[in-house]
Amino acid sequence: MNAPAGIRAWPSDQLTRVPYWVYADASLYAEEIEKVFRGDTWSFLCLEAEVPTPNTYRTSYLGDMSVVVTRDKDGAIHAFENRCAHRGALLCLKERGEAKEIACVYHNWTYDLCGNLTGVAFRKGLGGKGGMPPESHPEAHAPRQLRVEVFAGLVFGTLGRNTPPLEQYLGPEIAPKIKRVMRAPVKLLGGYSQILQSNWKLYMENVKDSYHASLLHMFFTTFRLNRLSQKGGLVVSADGGNHISYSMAADVAGKEYEKAGLRTANEDYGALEAPELLKSVDEFGDGVGLQILSVFPGFVLQQIRNSLAVRRIIPQGVDRTELVWTCFGFTSDDDELQELRLRQANLIGPAGFISMEDGAATGFVQRGSRGAGGELSVVEMGGRGIGSEESRVSEAAVRGFWNAYRGHMGV
Amino acid sequence: MNLEQQFRVQDLNARYADAIDDDRLEAWPEFFREDGRYLITTAENAAQNLPIGLMYATSRAMLRDRIKALRQANIYEAQRYRHVLGAPQLIDSANGALRARTSFMVARVMHTGETMLFATGRYEDRIVLDGGEARFAEKTVIIDSRQVDTLLAIPL
Repeated sequence: MNAPAGIRAWPSDQLTRVPYWVYADASLYAEEIEKVFRGDTWSFLCLEAEVPTPNTYRTSYLGDMSVVVTRDKDGAIHAFENRCAHRGALLCLKERGEAKEIACVYHNWTYDLCGNLTGVAFRKGLGGKGGMPPESHPEAHAPRQLRVEVFAGLVFGTLGRNTPPLEQYLGPEIAPKIKRVMRAPVKLLGGYSQILQSNWKLYMENVKDSYHASLLHMFFTTFRLNRLSQKGGLVVSADGGNHISYSMAADVAGKEYEKAGLRTANEDYGALEAPELLKSVDEFGDGVGLQILSVFPGFVLQQIRNSLAVRRIIPQGVDRTELVWTCFGFTSDDDELQELRLRQANLIGPAGFISMEDGAATGFVQRGSRGAGGELSVVEMGGRGIGSEESRVSEAAVRGFWNAYRGHMGV
Repeated sequence: MNLEQQFRVQDLNARYADAIDDDRLEAWPEFFREDGRYLITTAENAAQNLPIGLMYATSRAMLRDRIKALRQANIYEAQRYRHVLGAPQLIDSANGALRARTSFMVARVMHTGETMLFATGRYEDRIVLDGGEARFAEKTVIIDSRQVDTLLAIPL
């Protein structure tokens, strides 16, 4: 649906109300792709370990735009639009591979690993006939090259002219918490993706919503992996776009959830028959059992005990989002630690005891709000601000998302 | 191909799939040996020898925990599967264990009536006789696509 004229209005100067048309308006979606994803924001493209050696590439996305990430012969990382200068065909058809140069399959135009057009087949024609006029300059239509920065093994790219340097964009609260997780050279463990039948913003709000985690996810609460009564905190970057929610692994065995009669605190559930599922080690040495970190617009870094993953979103239309999960450990992991990561991976992804429910929840909002047009959702837990706080009974990071979003969209 | 062996593999997978499709999920762990291994992964991971799974269990107890969570803990909309299995292909047999490969397609039928082709792939099985019953010592479910629609609650 498109919002009826006059309805597409934002509640003035407050972040506690979000109109439902923002999840369903096709023209707004097109504007977001331009202003948010191709604007002055950093998008996570891949782990540096996914282009492990010189002359390798991996395809990824900047918003809905296909991009090629490469590592050149000297080890430098580049990213450029996956589009031939000639007729716009995809340059790389595979997800990953090795290449010294990239040739378009359509008419064999070639590119170096920076994305520069280096060859046009039969440019001067054959036998003095055909070919391109000498004054023609197809290089002017070459795929757009992204500005790329690598931070702690994470590759980010941007097309924005005024995007601040990456570390500044992440902010002084968030950058060290990325480094905290990315503590050693990465070993890829594999991945998968989840098709969310919802607008991309609903997923990012879900990630930033520290209030929902122990109320939706019985596994978190019943097995005391994450309760709002556990010591932890919510940290939001200055513009609101980036956040961390964390909780300490140690639990005080409080009965707040049981007393409140909450569904997720199920005392009759009993123990796991195979408790080794949740066996974990404090590999970071700080007692933090869970750290969910997000970077505007579409990046998530997850530590749930020893389960580590990066997640990135690919918007695929106003009501469809692909969520790509890449799980990792470190090259220094021994077999035992790797086995812990593999077992705890049962908590995450489309089949995860926890994460499957997020896949469902965003779709529930998309469907539930379909007829709601100009109605407003309520985002008022923890007040009206976007500041960091000790309590995670708060939607401060969700409001932070809207603050950053409205800044980039100019609304 | 030994016909009796082929029958054994086919029969086990047919009963396995029927238990899932018929919502007799409590019977699902019984198709595995006590220390049976179950892994759902993608063809992309398998081709690159990457070990992560979407579901991973190393014992019947872990499989029972999975079902208990589905019944009592996890939030997902009511849904059923319909498995269609291909003919089993015997890879080898050694020390009383059969290794076999079987193609599958699974349609997912939501409570709303919406039906979709949810997953295609292959089972890589290692089957043993356990107390006179054929059971999985190992079942690796390799889905052809890396994409899963919304969520994967019920095992494949």
